[in-house]
Amino acid sequence: MTARTVRRSPGTTLAVVLGAGVPLVFLGVFFAWPVAAMIGRGLFVDGSLDLGGFGEVFSRPRTLRLIGLTLGQAAIATVICTVLGVPMAHVLYRLRFRGQRFLRALVILPFVLPTVVVGVAFRTLLRDGGPLGWLDLDGTFPAIVLALVFFNVAVVVRTVGSFWDGLDSRQEEAARVLGASPARAWWTITVPRLAPSVLAAASIVFLFCSTAFGVVLVLGGVRFGTIETEIYLLTTQFLDLRAASVLSITQLVVVVAVLLLAGFVRGRQSPVRRVGAGRASRRPRASDAPTIALSLLVALALALPVVTLVERSLRTTSGYGLENYAHLAGTGSRNALVVPVWVALGNSLATAVQATAIALVIGLLASLILSRSPRAPLARRAIGVFDGALMLPLGVSAVTLGFGFLITLNQPPLDLRSSPVLVPIAQALVALPLVVRTLLPVLRGIDGRLRETAAVLGASPWRVLADVDLAIAARPVLAASGFAFAVALGEFGATSFLSRPDRPTLPVVIFRLIGQPGGENLGMALAASVVLAAVTVAVLALVERLRVGTVGAF
Amino acid sequence: MQNTLRIAALIAATSIIVTGCSATSPDTGGTPETIVLVTHDSFSLSEGTLEAFTEQTGIAVEVQAAGDAGEVVNKLVLTKDSPLGDVVFGIDNTFASRAVNEGVLEDYVSGDLTDAEASYLLPSGAGGEQLTPITNGDVCINVDHDWFAEAGIPEPVTLDDLRDETYRDLLVVPAANSSSPGLAFLLGTIAAFGEDDGADGGWQQYWSDLVDNGVKVVAGWSDAYYVDFSGPSSEGDRPLVVSYASSPPFEVQEGATVAPTGALLETCFRQTEYAGVIAGTRYPAEAQQLVDFLFSVEVQNDIPENMYVFPVNAAAELPEGWSSFAEIAEDPYVVEPAEIDANRERWLSEWAAIAIP
Repeated sequence: MTARTVRRSPGTTLAVVLGAGVPLVFLGVFFAWPVAAMIGRGLFVDGSLDLGGFGEVFSRPRTLRLIGLTLGQAAIATVICTVLGVPMAHVLYRLRFRGQRFLRALVILPFVLPTVVVGVAFRTLLRDGGPLGWLDLDGTFPAIVLALVFFNVAVVVRTVGSFWDGLDSRQEEAARVLGASPARAWWTITVPRLAPSVLAAASIVFLFCSTAFGVVLVLGGVRFGTIETEIYLLTTQFLDLRAASVLSITQLVVVVAVLLLAGFVRGRQSPVRRVGAGRASRRPRASDAPTIALSLLVALALALPVVTLVERSLRTTSGYGLENYAHLAGTGSRNALVVPVWVALGNSLATAVQATAIALVIGLLASLILSRSPRAPLARRAIGVFDGALMLPLGVSAVTLGFGFLITLNQPPLDLRSSPVLVPIAQALVALPLVVRTLLPVLRGIDGRLRETAAVLGASPWRVLADVDLAIAARPVLAASGFAFAVALGEFGATSFLSRPDRPTLPVVIFRLIGQPGGENLGMALAASVVLAAVTVAVLALVERLRVGTVGAF
Repeated sequence: MQNTLRIAALIAATSIIVTGCSATSPDTGGTPETIVLVTHDSFSLSEGTLEAFTEQTGIAVEVQAAGDAGEVVNKLVLTKDSPLGDVVFGIDNTFASRAVNEGVLEDYVSGDLTDAEASYLLPSGAGGEQLTPITNGDVCINVDHDWFAEAGIPEPVTLDDLRDETYRDLLVVPAANSSSPGLAFLLGTIAAFGEDDGADGGWQQYWSDLVDNGVKVVAGWSDAYYVDFSGPSSEGDRPLVVSYASSPPFEVQEGATVAPTGALLETCFRQTEYAGVIAGTRYPAEAQQLVDFLFSVEVQNDIPENMYVFPVNAAAELPEGWSSFAEIAEDPYVVEPAEIDANRERWLSEWAAIAIP
């Protein structure tokens, strides 16, 4: 597909069209159309374009402050996540020790915990008189940043880690043998090679943080709005679609600017050699002490709210016990729930599997297309645009998208407003960018000569795809699927908007429980959160255990 | 070739998933098999209650939750051209005007209403012709009895008491702009103190006083109640919280005769929730039947234990425990829906400037 040495067959063209077409149609129908329709509602008044909203919204001092806060909290959280995440990725994916796979799964735990519950856990720690009350953080800007880091450090660890995993370390070793100091080897060899995946992770984290909603509300003590909370307020409370549209466009502009910047910094990636994980990783040694210590500290900090959660879930009216867990079989005090929590967990798992499948198929197709570097400038630019389009769902308000679904997907053959199929689709939209960002650095790192060699030796384009691209990407695909699954399992915003009352997912049920008074309902909400987290960690640990043998061949 | 086929099949399968094959064929006229009830997330009835409607009429009810009360109304407004369903339940007095003004409701009020429920009806021309009252709940300050007994301080009684030095740093409220009980409480204070007319400062002055007296404003009901409130199932150290009049029964331990918390009935704002027929429904007659059914004693008796609010129907009976632990305010604060709709944005931004500077 890439080089002139490969004969372009009709099958190749078909593959390119389908590979790009399926993701584009998916994004077009389930993302671009609803969002555009919703923004259009605000901008077109009685059929004519009205841009007066821009002047009005931007002349409010509040708007500029919100934009500043949004960018500020996202930027600070992204920097911290990166600084903490990269050393952790080193420890969890480059070193070899017992319990490593479990730790990898554990890191992702905050990612699936419902924001309301984490908000309550955090505030329980931080409030005046709480265990960490002396820090005086309750309702402050640092508290928001802390929580954003809590939720997102896993993105950096996993995205960078799955790229780093299996990266050939002989170049560094050669540099060391030739007399380079460890720092120099790190700066001149490791950093440039890791940069694409670090950037990918950082841009995802930034987008996640800039559209964060629940965390900001709960921990900011309502003083620190963001563009996202403002869109929510304008749309759901005031029905001020004009102002909401202006802010949605602002959000889009921010996202596109970030993506352009990331693309600019990334530049062109050079090929990297990958080897089997067994050969790339090594036992910890004394010089790893700083990164190990840092990782332990971060792990402890991540564990603190979780431990609080577990402790409280075990607390009952008569000391500690499993009462709250026993209650999960029921529907809460005074029928707080429509279905028992176990049924909701089943719904969650089923939906998350569907979402993962959608995100994987589409993400893999998209990544394969994106990983090519065609010679024609136009084609290359098209790939750049396609790349950015895949990231957009992360940066656009769930409220805009949700309301957009309502006003677009309402005619046959796409009358899906009340269809259960929308839930996994919405979850897949969120998971898709993570899948692409995990796979793409790996696929782009494949030396084009491998494909060319295979082709010259007589392999058909499909064979090249299967034996080169897919074989090398197999492990990252596994990592991406675990990640996508966790995201889908924990997704709340869009899911709560779309899920049917008789088939709620676990996060939706937890939200409902914690919204009702009474010790039993709170206890169940906490116990259910622990179950959600435990199931996620168990599934991810299982995925990590799956061995993919072919990778070692390179 | 086989590979090509396999991948093509995979892609075809995906496109089936993504384009969705679950589009249901629309019914046209006649008696429907199903009608759709659009409602908020808190809607819930015991198993079998809605089935009784199906037994009576042969029509199944499909429930569709659409967010909180505000979202429900906004979704109806946005989908006016292709309605989300046939009947809506959960429009409250704070959003009633918008629903009525935007024309998303047919004219119909259940004929089963009697004089006993007339006080819940909205004013004529402002929803009185479109909305049938179904549930009724008061948002009140909840008080931790044990805390005050231990501290030896008398419990506050009125809103005015809350600005007294005695109650410094004791109150936590959910924010009016991110929580519906928070908004209800703000509306209560607006009803109680009126607008700032230059003489006494009105509700704006009241909130300044609350802020000076150390009121804590948090994002949502959950963290106000479970993190900051000092009640038995909570963590915090503030014995006063904005919650519902129906919250105290939930804190009563099995076998106890005294509720550990209570509602201050002179601080309440009344939230009434209404049902109506959605404009553009294909089945207006059946939709009206469902509205009547929601007002029937059968459903009304089922409401308290499932939705934690009081039934409107005077003939309904309260479940055990409610009569002793949950009280209903006799003279709650009210603000006309039209007034709320006209002032919501201004009130909320003025409130935010005072309460969360």
